[in-house]
Amino acid sequence: MNIQMNIVGKTGAQAALGSYSANHSLCVRVPGKVQLTEKDQSASPQWATEILAIRDRQDQVAFARLFQHFAPRIKGFLIKSGSPADVAEDCAQEVMATVWRKAALFDPSRASASTWIFTIARNKRIDVVRRERRPEPEDLPWGPEAEADQEDALALEQETERLSKAISALPEKQRALIQRAYYGDLSHRELAEETGLPLGTIKSRIRLALDRLRHEMK
Amino acid sequence: MSQINHHLTDALLMAYSAGTLPEAFSLVVATHISMCDECRAQAGSFDSVGGQILDDATSEAISDDALAATLRLIGGAAPEPRAPSTRRAPSTFPLPLQDYVGGDVDAVRWKRLGGGVRQMILPSSSEASVRLLYIPGGAAVPDHGHRGTELTIVLQGAFRDETDRFGVGDIEVATEDLEHKPVAEPGVACICLAATDAPLKFNSVIPRMLQPLFKI
Repeated sequence: MNIQMNIVGKTGAQAALGSYSANHSLCVRVPGKVQLTEKDQSASPQWATEILAIRDRQDQVAFARLFQHFAPRIKGFLIKSGSPADVAEDCAQEVMATVWRKAALFDPSRASASTWIFTIARNKRIDVVRRERRPEPEDLPWGPEAEADQEDALALEQETERLSKAISALPEKQRALIQRAYYGDLSHRELAEETGLPLGTIKSRIRLALDRLRHEMK
Repeated sequence: MSQINHHLTDALLMAYSAGTLPEAFSLVVATHISMCDECRAQAGSFDSVGGQILDDATSEAISDDALAATLRLIGGAAPEPRAPSTRRAPSTFPLPLQDYVGGDVDAVRWKRLGGGVRQMILPSSSEASVRLLYIPGGAAVPDHGHRGTELTIVLQGAFRDETDRFGVGDIEVATEDLEHKPVAEPGVACICLAATDAPLKFNSVIPRMLQPLFKI
């Protein structure tokens, strides 16, 4: 499978690819053109391939795979957050429709597919359940050399994997607390007063792109 | 951008990521993250925790028609192209705040509070309130304590209180135990965005009488 993307000038497609430096081995570069090889695709983190296929080819088969995995989880997540089953089902469908529409905003070097879809589901919950707006930080400016970095994406995937193991390894009581926080059972005040939350553990396990962000802003 | 020394707490970052902060607090958090790479990265970490929670969530059976229904919602439309992003002109207010004000600092509709201090209350859900404060250089905000939590971020100038100095981008998280008297540094006026989930407690009688009037 070969995917070619022709990039001429500062197009939307170029911006969609991210703004990271491009010195890595997986990408064959020709002037004005970026060719992602099959090797890139097989190396892509789980589910990222599907989202990129939606973005690039409106791939309905990839969407169906993504749907099968995530829609039942989004519904489960929303029910745990206190939504009735029918509302949760409708919201899960709307979240997945947003995944399709906003596929070009997904950047696998900044967030895993699960993380990105979580943020959409969370925003849907704020919109539907709390009936509030959610102010979002302004996006970082995209550099002129906008290109997704496979190495960054893989590094992020590995950190996500480590985070997953760290959370599974937590004592049941602490894991339950984190779940309650994300299911909306703990107010921000309860969260601040809760001393049993292993916030340091989480932070030390996933540094995300802190160093890279700093580098980019220079 | 000046060095940021005062950051968001982990609890606030986690609550913002979990989507449980009142809108007024979320506005202050989004404003700070727009100015602070460190907290932006930390917020990303907390979103990753959310991704983990979603992955671990119990799958609930969905109706047989759900995929087809979702494709109908999409209606055959192609994914939206990402808008090309350009480096925008420098401004005093980051974009999330400009959304609430309707523009940058020159678009603020200030109301006088006395002593040269001015404010503009911004719209938000009723759980907490959020306002812009304008404090002339060298002027003080009346001595006050807090019943709930107060988040203050500096957008222009700087202020000092009993705890430290707060410059552009710095955030002060004040709770019940803090009684403070913020004073703007001499020179340029200090402009802050402040959110609170309870009315402030003023320690002298006059501001307390004026409080219902000014809604602070």
